[in-house]
This record gives sequence, structure tokens and C-alpha cells, in this order.
Amino acid sequence: MDTLLSVVTFLPMLGAAVLLIFLRGDGAFEQRNAKLVALLATSLTFIVSIAIYTEFDASNPGFQLVEEYEWIAGLKYKVGIDGISILFVLLTTFLMPIVILACWGVSHRVKEYMVMFLMLETLMIAVFTALDLVLFYVVFEAGLIPMFLIVGIWGGKDRVYAAFKFFLYTLLGSVLMLIAMLVMWYDAGTTDIPTLMNHQFASEDFTLLGITVVGGLQTMLFLAFFASFAVKMPMWPVHTWLPDAHVQAPTAGSVVLAAILLKMGGYGFLRFALPMFPVGSFVMADFVMTLSVIAIIYTSLVALMQEDMKKLIAYSSVAHMGFVTMGIFALNKQGIDGAIFQMISHGFISGALFLGVGVIYDRMHTRDIDAYGGLVMRMPVYALVFMLFTMANVGLPGTSGFVGEFLTLVGAFKANTWVAFGATTGVILSAGYALWLYRRVVLGDLIKASLMTITDMNGREKLMMAPLIFFTLLLGIYPALVLDLIGPSVDALVENFDTATVALHDALPAKATH
Amino acid sequence: MIANDLNTVLPELILAVYAMGALMFAVYTGKDRTTPLLIWVTALLMFGLGGWIALMPDGSHEAFNGAFIDDGFSRFTKTLMLWASGLVLLLSKDYLSRNDMLKFEFPILIALATVGMMMMVSAGDLMSLYMGLELQSLSLYVIAAFRRDSLKSTEAGLKYFVLGALSSGMLLYGASFVYGTTGTTNFAGISSVIAAEGMTLGMLFGMVFMCVGLGFKISAAPFHMWTPDVYEGSPTPVTAFFASAPKVAAAGLFARVMHDAFGDATADWTQIIAFLSLVSMFLGAVAAIGQTNIKRLMAYSSIAHMGFALMGLASGTQEGVQALLIYMAIYVVMNIGTFAFILNMEKDGRAVTDIRSLGMYSKVSPGRALALVVLMFSLAGIPPLVGFFGKLFVLQAAVNAGLTWLAIAGVIASVIGAFYYLRIIYYIYFGAETDGLEVRMPTLHYAVLIASAAIMLFGSINLFGLEAYAGAAAEALLK
Repeated sequence: MDTLLSVVTFLPMLGAAVLLIFLRGDGAFEQRNAKLVALLATSLTFIVSIAIYTEFDASNPGFQLVEEYEWIAGLKYKVGIDGISILFVLLTTFLMPIVILACWGVSHRVKEYMVMFLMLETLMIAVFTALDLVLFYVVFEAGLIPMFLIVGIWGGKDRVYAAFKFFLYTLLGSVLMLIAMLVMWYDAGTTDIPTLMNHQFASEDFTLLGITVVGGLQTMLFLAFFASFAVKMPMWPVHTWLPDAHVQAPTAGSVVLAAILLKMGGYGFLRFALPMFPVGSFVMADFVMTLSVIAIIYTSLVALMQEDMKKLIAYSSVAHMGFVTMGIFALNKQGIDGAIFQMISHGFISGALFLGVGVIYDRMHTRDIDAYGGLVMRMPVYALVFMLFTMANVGLPGTSGFVGEFLTLVGAFKANTWVAFGATTGVILSAGYALWLYRRVVLGDLIKASLMTITDMNGREKLMMAPLIFFTLLLGIYPALVLDLIGPSVDALVENFDTATVALHDALPAKATH
Repeated sequence: MIANDLNTVLPELILAVYAMGALMFAVYTGKDRTTPLLIWVTALLMFGLGGWIALMPDGSHEAFNGAFIDDGFSRFTKTLMLWASGLVLLLSKDYLSRNDMLKFEFPILIALATVGMMMMVSAGDLMSLYMGLELQSLSLYVIAAFRRDSLKSTEAGLKYFVLGALSSGMLLYGASFVYGTTGTTNFAGISSVIAAEGMTLGMLFGMVFMCVGLGFKISAAPFHMWTPDVYEGSPTPVTAFFASAPKVAAAGLFARVMHDAFGDATADWTQIIAFLSLVSMFLGAVAAIGQTNIKRLMAYSSIAHMGFALMGLASGTQEGVQALLIYMAIYVVMNIGTFAFILNMEKDGRAVTDIRSLGMYSKVSPGRALALVVLMFSLAGIPPLVGFFGKLFVLQAAVNAGLTWLAIAGVIASVIGAFYYLRIIYYIYFGAETDGLEVRMPTLHYAVLIASAAIMLFGSINLFGLEAYAGAAAEALLK
């Protein structure tokens, strides 16, 4: 089918349009209908997106299922997927029905809530499939609108602050990327991403305001993209919007944020920074690696001290994203494989952890760790599920978390031993905060009066968790499922990168090469 | 020859003769009772003229020895201005009658201002430039003070008049320098003198003063001081008018003078305009943060938007002019939609301008709230709304012309500016609940609001071919 990707992209939006046009009223019946329509739309999207997987030829490193239409002013609506993007598309379509299920308890402006998520899904899929610079920017940025409203309208007590911070922080990062895109458009004369990947941007050093810019234009462009993706990722020290946004966002919003939106940063590095500015990436790699290690250690320590469950998981996300950037900027196959794997796996695990917090938040309406304890007595199934994901978050072998962390560490070790050394401490720390959280919330004696009547997970909640458990374990046991899919594209990426930077390896002998 | 000349200025002639005829008609018949009729007739005439001009065949004509130019550029801006003026006029009717201001002079003054604006964008000579500008300005001074018994309105009118006269003086001073050094008032003549002799000091002096004068008219910082006060003090329909057609006229005139008269000295004036653009963008963004009066806020918003529009002009290229025209067209549509809403912000029969009164407006009227939110995001330049594409084109023009620093400054200003648009959205969707505004809204206003939001939303599919028209207009100006 020629229009498969567009169908997958716009199906959720169609669902949103149906809701907006046909659903009237705000009674219990209409609310239920809104949720059902949204569930239907997202499930249907997922089912159709399976066709992407079957149509995809994993041995071909190029872009597939490409569609191209004229847009405005010489821009094109061009979409397609390769081994790097396909998994993110599938992750999105897979998680969205679960996200909708997680909204089942919402009763405030349900129709609008569903419309927001459906529009967000369209935009997220489009981010991962866009093959035109400006199209990418448009959908990348447009996602801010529904997320701003989700946090702002359905969020917690300090939602206004969190929503504004989220919006302005990410916007400031992105606008610099827009300028860089315009410079690229001018330089290469096209906004077509596959063409730009083969375009050589100037990398001769130049002097700007008295500072010598090593790597020239490529480094400048890299920095502009870095500003955007580092905020989105988020990397230390520009991560501060994330804990606020997570704590204030409703459960479903947190899941989308952690599981999918954060991945846009990592995806962006792989789609733009590495293939288009290899020299810039090479020059800046040490810097990014340093930030990643700081992020891993620092945010893990911060996570240890959190009193709020969501905040703890949010900091843990920042640490795990640190592994991703470390893997990407190890600039070798293991590192990049590991980074992609880590992102996919983190999508399942962090999503499940936020859902897990949501389960008890729905019952007790608090996220304070102190308010819980001994849940295992009343909620055995929940205790089991939460344990599995805690372990996966720590990176226990047999879960998908292990594969990602291990591969990124291998990659980092090859590039820079010290970085790998530092990051490994992060693994230990993550065991510390995750297990401690588990102990304080689930284990111990059930002494708090308020918890005496708490009920275990119901059928809907089990239904949400089941597929996540399945994939966390499946990918942990059989990682080739992912690695085979991304292999050829990552190989091609690394190969092009090495060719482009081969001169630098000689020029900068002090730098550890791979 | 005269027949040819008159034929070229026929649209202006029709509107001017109509305005005088209407004045006679109103004075000798029912006076203010005729106002609703006059408003409708004037608006329809403007729509008709706009459509007629839009459908005119390509090509440029000159009249009165080059004092008046009818080309693709002037036709584009004239269509835009006529439609905008007509629409704002129709939107005003309801507000005027509610506030007991339904006087027959209003549509006539708007018509005369529109004639002035049409002259401005068609000017090919310093004399006709000044004539058009003054015809427009004088009409605007009067309607700014249209609510005679209101202190604020008369203050606005007076302020506008004094500062406007000052700026006209500067413009004339500059024009006299240009005339003194080149010996001609004709743009083509000035241009050929510059091509032959280069920019002399006198010419440079004159050009700078003209830029100052035009900067006043377009409300670019640092010549913006009148804008917030005049926007706030004038009756809201007048504010809506100020924020639409006259801005297009001023931008059009600016582009016309710079490219037609000083086209061979691009390097000299692009820096001035880049500076105006930079200061306007930042001032508009930062100063609006503290505003709670929506009319003042829109004033600062328009300053910031003019900064962006000027960025297109600052590139000094055809692409830049195209971007400027696209930006102005988008800006006008967004602003008219927003003012269709502001015109109906009322409580207990009194106009409200405090943005806090929008608290939880989404509960009162979800449809209108949604439309307004779309417009706010579009004004902030957030994709995928059309407001973003306006910014994209000017940024692209700036980057391609080597003004990357200006583009970077512009996007940073737009992030700062996003804050106050977001704040309005915050009040509408998750602010503290207030007593709420009245829900009543005339069908026409509702339709304009929704249509404007729909254009912002669906325009991202193909911009309705706008960039092709703007491109042709820019080509006509620079050829």
C-alpha cells in the first residue's frame, strides 16, 4: 500500500475529528463514548501499523514506504521510515491504546482530553516518519500544544507553572534548531532529509567573535540542534522542566511524556546530528559524553532523595536518557544499537512505572512515598508487576533494561573507559533508588489506616500492564528482535560517519578512536 | 493622456467620490440614521473594489508622470487593505450602536483613510507619498478620538495627532533632503541619480529621516510610543482598524520607498531596518508581559509583529518582500479574528479589556474559546498554525540574505513573546474562574472569529496559494 504511513499517521486525527464533530454533551454516557472512540482509533492505528512491520524490509538500510507530495513554497510532505525510525513509530502506536486505557478514570472534559491525545499521537508518529526538515520541525513543535494543554488543564496543583516551564523551555531549544534548518536549507538548497544526509556541510574551522570554532559550520549547526534535542531529551543541566512536568501531568500525560516524547531527542540526534554533521558530532562528542555521565550520576543521586514517586521516576528517566546520549556519542555500533534499544525499552519500562504510580494514585490521591508501605499485603498482583518493572528499571538481566544499558556501556567503554566507569556507578545508584522506592512503597508492614481498604489492580489495569510485561521480558530474552531490525540502518550510519570523520582521527590523535 | 491617468486611478477615484457623495447624502438626509446603511454600502463597495483589483490583469501602469504606480505589488496590498477595511467596518457596526457612537462620519472616514492607504502603496513620487500618508493619517486622527465624550479617546486622538504630525514632519524633512540632493521627487528619478552618483551624505540623511517617519507610521520601536496609548484609548473598532489595514499600508509604503527609490543603496538601508526590526521584536515581546489590558497587549503584539515583518524588508531581496507580504496578510487575518472577539468582551453592557476576565472562558463558550486559542497559538507563531509559516518565510529570507544574527534574535524574541499569548490561553482554559463575560456575540463576529481560526488551522495545508500571489507582487516591485 502506497499510503500506509499517512494512513497510520492520520488515523488518530480522524478519530479526533469524529469526536469533535459528532460527540455532543458531557454526560457519563458521552464520556464513555469518547473514551471508546479514542480507544478504537488508537487500537486501529496500532493494528494498521503492524502492516508497517510486515512490509518493512529489514535488510535495506535506506528509507522505505516513502510518500512524497508537494506542500507549500517548495517544501514537501515527505514521509518514510528506516530501521531507526520504524521502532519509534511502532512504540508510539503500541503505547497509545494503553495510554487511553490509563485515562479511563478521568471525568473532567473527557472529550477534549481524548482529542488532545489523538492529535498528539498523529504528531508523534509524524515526527518519526517526517523526511522533510520543515515538516519535521512543524510536527516536532506542534506537539507542544496538546502537551501544554494536557498538563495545564488536567494536571495537578502547580500545573500552570509546570505547563509554562515545559512549553517555554522546549520552545527556546527548538527555535535555534529552526534557524539551523534555514541555514541548511540555504546551504544545501533543499529540505529533503535523505539528500541532506549525503550533503557535505562545510567543516573548515573559522573564527567567530574571536573564538575558533573547530569543525566550523558543522559544529555551529550541531550546537543549534543540540540545544533543541538536549532540552527534549532532557540532558543535564537543562532537564529541570521534566520533573515539574511529570509531577504535574496526569498519569496518561506522564506516560506519553516519558515513553515517547523524550525519545524525540535521541531520535533527532540519530536522524540529524550524526549523519548530517559528522564532524560537528565528532568534535562535540566528548562534551556530550561528559554531560551524559554527569546526568547519570547526579540525577541518580537526586532520585535517591525524592519524596514524590513521580519525581523519583522522572529523575530516573533523566539518568536513563543519559545512557542513551552516552551510547549515541560513543559513535560506534554497540553504543548506537544500545541507545536505540535503551530508548525502546525505556518506553515500556518508564511507561509502566508511571502507570504503576497512577494505579495507586487513583486509589489514594497522593504520590508521597511516605503515605504508602506494605502494599504487598493488600495488592499482591500489583506488588509483582511493580517489582518486575523496578527490576527492569535497574537493568536486571532478562529484562529489556539490561540489554540497553549493557550495550551502551560496551560502546562507551570502547570510546572512553572513564565515561563507562562513571556510568557504571550510575547502574549501582539506580539499583539503590529503585529498590529503596520499592521497599518503602510495597514492602514492610501495612500499618497505615488509610491503606487498609486499598484494592488490587482491576481487570483494566491488568490489561494495560500485560503487553508491557510481555515486551519487557521478550526484548530482554530475545533482543535480536530489535537489533536485527535496526542493524543495517545503524551499520550504514556508523559507516558513513566513520568515512566522514576519518580525517579527524588522524588530525586529533589524542582522541580515543574506535 | 488624462483619460489614461484617470483610468489607472479609477478604484481610488471611485472610493473617494463615493466618500464625498456619501457625506452629502448623509448630511442632507437622515444624518446618523443612515449610518447602518452607509456602513453596509461602504463595506460592500470595498469588497467589490478589492475583488475588482484582485482580478485586474497583470502588468504595471503609471499615471501622472510616474507619481502613481499601479503594479502587482500595489494591487496585492490594495486588495488586502480593502478587504480588511471592509471587514473591520462591518464588525464595528454592532459595537458602535451598542455604545451610542453610530455616527455617519465613521464609515466615511474609514473610506477616506482607505483611499489614503491605496495612494500610499501606489506612490511613485515623494509628493503622492505624502498626500496619501496624510489623507490616511488625518482620517485616523479623527477616528481615534471618535468617542468625543471619553477622556481616554480624546487623549488618544490628540497623542496620535501630535506624534503623528511630528513623524510626518520628519518624513518631510527627509524628503526635502532627498529632493535637495537629487533634484527630483520621482522615485525612478531618485533611483537613477543614486545609480549614477551613489549615496551622497545628503541623500543618506534624507533617507534616515524618511525611515524614522515611516517607522512611526508602522509603529516600529523605538518610534512606537504612541501605539499602546492610542490602541488603549481609541474605541475598540478603531483599534481593530489600526491593527489591520493601516499596518499593511505602512509596510507597503516602506517597501515601496526603499525598493523603488533607494533600490540601488540596499546596503545603506537594510541595516537601519534590521535595527528597527530587532528593537521592535524585543520591545514588543518584553513590554507585553506586564500588560493586563488586552488592547495594550495587542498593541505590543503588533509592535513585535511589525518587527518580524520588517525583518523581511531588512533582507533587501525579492524573497524578503514576498515574505513581508505573506506576513502582513497572515497578520491581518489573525488580528481581525482576534478583534472580532475583543469587540464582544463585555460584562453588564460595559466593554471589558482586562484579560483576567477571560478566566475559564472555555466553560462559557467552548467553541469560541477554541477559536481564540488557535489564534493565540498562531500569533505566537507555533506550528502547525499559519502564523508559524509567516515567521518561517521572513526568517528564511533573513537567513538567505546573511542576516542570521537577526533571525536568531527574532526567534528568541518570539519565545519571550509566546509567554503572553500563553497567558491568555491559560486564563481561558485553566485560570481562576471569574464572573465571566457575556455570551452574546453577533453571528457575523462569530463567523469571522471561526473563519479566521479555521484559516489559521487549515492554511498549513497549502496556504491557499498565498505565497504565489505574494511572490508575483514582490517580483513586480523589484523588477
